[in-house]
Amino acid sequence: MTIQWEQFTPWASLAGGVAIGIAAAMLILFNGRIAGISGIVGGLLRPVRGDVDWRVAFIAGMFLAPLAYSVFATVPTPQIDADSPLLVIAGLLVGIGTRYGSGCTSGHGVCGLSRLSPRSMVATAIFMSAGFITVFVVRHLVA
Amino acid sequence: MSVLTALFAGLLFGIGLIVSGMSDPSRVLGFLDLAGLWNPSLAFVMGGAVLVGVFAFSIARKRTKTLLGSALYLPNSNRIDRRLILGNLTFGIGWGLAGFCPGPALVSLAAGQQKALIFTIAMAAGMILFELAEGVLRTKTVRS
Repeated sequence: MTIQWEQFTPWASLAGGVAIGIAAAMLILFNGRIAGISGIVGGLLRPVRGDVDWRVAFIAGMFLAPLAYSVFATVPTPQIDADSPLLVIAGLLVGIGTRYGSGCTSGHGVCGLSRLSPRSMVATAIFMSAGFITVFVVRHLVA
Repeated sequence: MSVLTALFAGLLFGIGLIVSGMSDPSRVLGFLDLAGLWNPSLAFVMGGAVLVGVFAFSIARKRTKTLLGSALYLPNSNRIDRRLILGNLTFGIGWGLAGFCPGPALVSLAAGQQKALIFTIAMAAGMILFELAEGVLRTKTVRS
């Protein structure tokens, strides 16, 4: 195993993680909801009366994040290597998979692990393993 | 008030994704590439978030209402079934293919990334397909 030291940012990543944790804490303690992005978005696709406002507000907040960040520093440009067909396939799999499996990196990962939920621990172990294996196959077997 | 707290939580969540580097697919793939040049940074994102989260959810678990007095919804399912396994397997493959999961995709979209738009539309289509399939299955079960 070789570590990519020039891209290794433990402090920034830890600080960002803490911010994500505080955001999840706010949403459960003030809104009584789990900060799971796939669930929040998915809930809007089959809207229930009285259950729409907080979802729209949370997503609106996320959309304002790059703008707010740009007040203090330049927003880093993400490097997206996937081409359009791959993005479509990946997007479909993520959309179907997160709804079928009831969560994603935030819902099962951040919130589920924080709740010490065995169900979310299993979910996280599965999607992480699938991610590791997929990257291994794509980068080291196919390429 | 609850709309404002949700808005602020979303804002902080998004900023956290940018600061942590999680909103950059190349860094996510760098984390998932154990056999190549491995970037362990994202483990620190999860570590930082869970550190705060464990504390917050230990408070939430003892409450029946939120700090604002509204209903507090904590998941109560413990089922480890086919849905959970196949769903997360599917999600993990999609995550590993492009390096995007739902949160970072939305933030990259908001930052004006065209590729994030393509991914997000496909993701929403996947979610709608799932809802439609569920709807059909549910109707069948009710009829039979």
